Amino acid sequence: MARFIVRRLISMALVLFAISILTFLIFQAIPNGDPAVRMAGRLATPEQIAQIRQSWGFDDPIWQQYLTTMGKILSGDVISYTQQLNVMTQIKEALPATLSLSIGAGLIWLFFGIVFGLFSAIKAGRFTDRALTVLALVGVSTPVFLLGAVALYFLAFKLTIFPNGGYVPLTQDPIDWLYHMILPWIVLSVLFIGVYSRVLRSNVLDTMSEDYVRTARAKGIGERRVLVRHVLRNSMIPIISLWSLDFAAVIGGGAILTESVFNLHGVGQYAADSIQQLDVPPVLVVVMLGASAVVVLSAITDVLFAFLDPRIRLTG
Amino acid sequence: MAIDPATPDTTGSGAIRTAGGDRPVAAEPGGPPAAGIGPYRLARRRLLRNKVALAFGALFAVIVILCFCAPLYADHVAHTGPNDNHVTEQVQVGGETKDVVSPTGLPIGPTWHGRFLLGADQNGRDLAVRLLYGGRNSLEVGFIATAITMVLATIVGLTAGYFRGVVDGVLARILDLIWAYPVVLLGIALGTSLALGGITIGPIAMKGNSLFVPAVIIGIVYIPYVAKPIRGQVLGLREKEFVDAARVQGAGSLRIMAREILPNVASTLIVFLPLMVANAILLEAGLSYLGAGIQPPNPSWGTMISDGIRLIPSAIHLTFVPGAMLVLAVLGINVFGDGVRDALDPRARVRIAAKREDEIGESEMEVMVEH
Repeated sequence: MARFIVRRLISMALVLFAISILTFLIFQAIPNGDPAVRMAGRLATPEQIAQIRQSWGFDDPIWQQYLTTMGKILSGDVISYTQQLNVMTQIKEALPATLSLSIGAGLIWLFFGIVFGLFSAIKAGRFTDRALTVLALVGVSTPVFLLGAVALYFLAFKLTIFPNGGYVPLTQDPIDWLYHMILPWIVLSVLFIGVYSRVLRSNVLDTMSEDYVRTARAKGIGERRVLVRHVLRNSMIPIISLWSLDFAAVIGGGAILTESVFNLHGVGQYAADSIQQLDVPPVLVVVMLGASAVVVLSAITDVLFAFLDPRIRLTG
Repeated sequence: MAIDPATPDTTGSGAIRTAGGDRPVAAEPGGPPAAGIGPYRLARRRLLRNKVALAFGALFAVIVILCFCAPLYADHVAHTGPNDNHVTEQVQVGGETKDVVSPTGLPIGPTWHGRFLLGADQNGRDLAVRLLYGGRNSLEVGFIATAITMVLATIVGLTAGYFRGVVDGVLARILDLIWAYPVVLLGIALGTSLALGGITIGPIAMKGNSLFVPAVIIGIVYIPYVAKPIRGQVLGLREKEFVDAARVQGAGSLRIMAREILPNVASTLIVFLPLMVANAILLEAGLSYLGAGIQPPNPSWGTMISDGIRLIPSAIHLTFVPGAMLVLAVLGINVFGDGVRDALDPRARVRIAAKREDEIGESEMEVMVEH
């Protein structure tokens, strides 16, 4: 176990290191992307540009620029190019919206994914199953920004049941926070509910044909108990590992589309805005944050499963 | 890759080729005994019986054909191009003369006639013409991206699984890298940087507004989703007797991979194909919505939807028309893909007890999500 954790930590560090270099290089490769020219403005003299270039260290060799930027990121005092604000403070401000969105939506899609998937598997082949399958496929086939925009139009603009986007901090007004989050939660969840219910359905159908389920039935255990204690429990492992990956991706700024449709000013939207302005430091930080969330959560899931299920061997 | 699902490859040296990797194919319940029928023929029979999947597959095919006939529609019915501006013009609707775009900036709605069949957008461009050209762009990006993903993922999965060791280690780390990189952020970062300057790698030069830019990005982003399950399958297949047999006969690594192992992972690749097309089209729409996909004035369903969303209260048809087309196309290929998977994996319909070797692989294949 200890060996696994050490190896995993090393490979995590390697992946994050490579990701930071890749991100840095992507922005270095942009033609017309010289940040000094962009920062100096349209009427800048060559001397002004040269001065900015020197004071920000843009004329250093690339590897040195990379090291300086990474050092600043790790010590927490990295400044963005365009607004020249501390990136960490900006992200701390955006994080509550992203966390509210991802935690709420994550719980909703896990719950409804399991309920619909289980229901679909129990009624396999019947009308309910077919209807749920069609609904799931429609959900998987609808772009989240289209669903969000149409939902906003009908429910916020036409019927004014829901507010027209925006984020209210939980600490400021819990009721208003909930009121603003419901629509984004549902819109972000729809796609995942479709995916999860399909995955769980096929897992449950496979588990139902296992010997231990037959044994449980033969022992005279009630059908409901067999379903929950024996079938569902064993069908959940792939679902949970999926969930941890998707949840990590959403926390790490993966919900950009939902955030920008509902104007939540979350981490993803901050990253998207920064990319549009070719502002490297915020993008680097958000990408690293998202990637860390993915690698850390997937490592935790692997270790957790090795504890829960002795059949799983840890390699890697 | 070159295997037609309908005609099983018989050129190999007698390798076992069954639908679910290396499991024996179950006899059809109530049908004729499976002996003597190739797994792909069996799968085709099952697929042909699945009328819903066929209907949705046909829907997708119709949309593809319509979109690829866009120039015909533009030249002979609408008499305008996808980027032609008609803001200041007027059009006859039911004996009335109407502005294409009203003085307040509102575009005309559907006329249900040759010109402006589905109305115009805020720049006075014919929505129906743009819908077809946009669909052609979206579909082309989807197809090219899928081709890139499938080819590279097959190569990576085969080499990593077959050679193991250092090769596998390096390739697995690269896959981990792409896997952990936030998909949409990677897409926007690459999309924005390439859209600004284009890229030149050796003999290949891409302009910033080329369709290939989003296609290549999407193609790369999805490689791990296909390569990882393929690698897992190959790890098991390389230990099989038929691989040993081929090696004893003097076959080299390349030959074993192409002739013995590839045909055995072909069914997985076939299952992935429609799913990848669907996901590539959706990701393209998402990237275009954020301005990192297909660049204006070129239309695509994604850019049309995002243009429309800005005018949603006054002209909802600008969002609905491309949105409905996109959802129908993706739904069509998704339902068809679902049918293909059911046909190739009999356990999805017939519940026979079979221990899953590739459990993780299969759940991964269904989860290609972009938010």
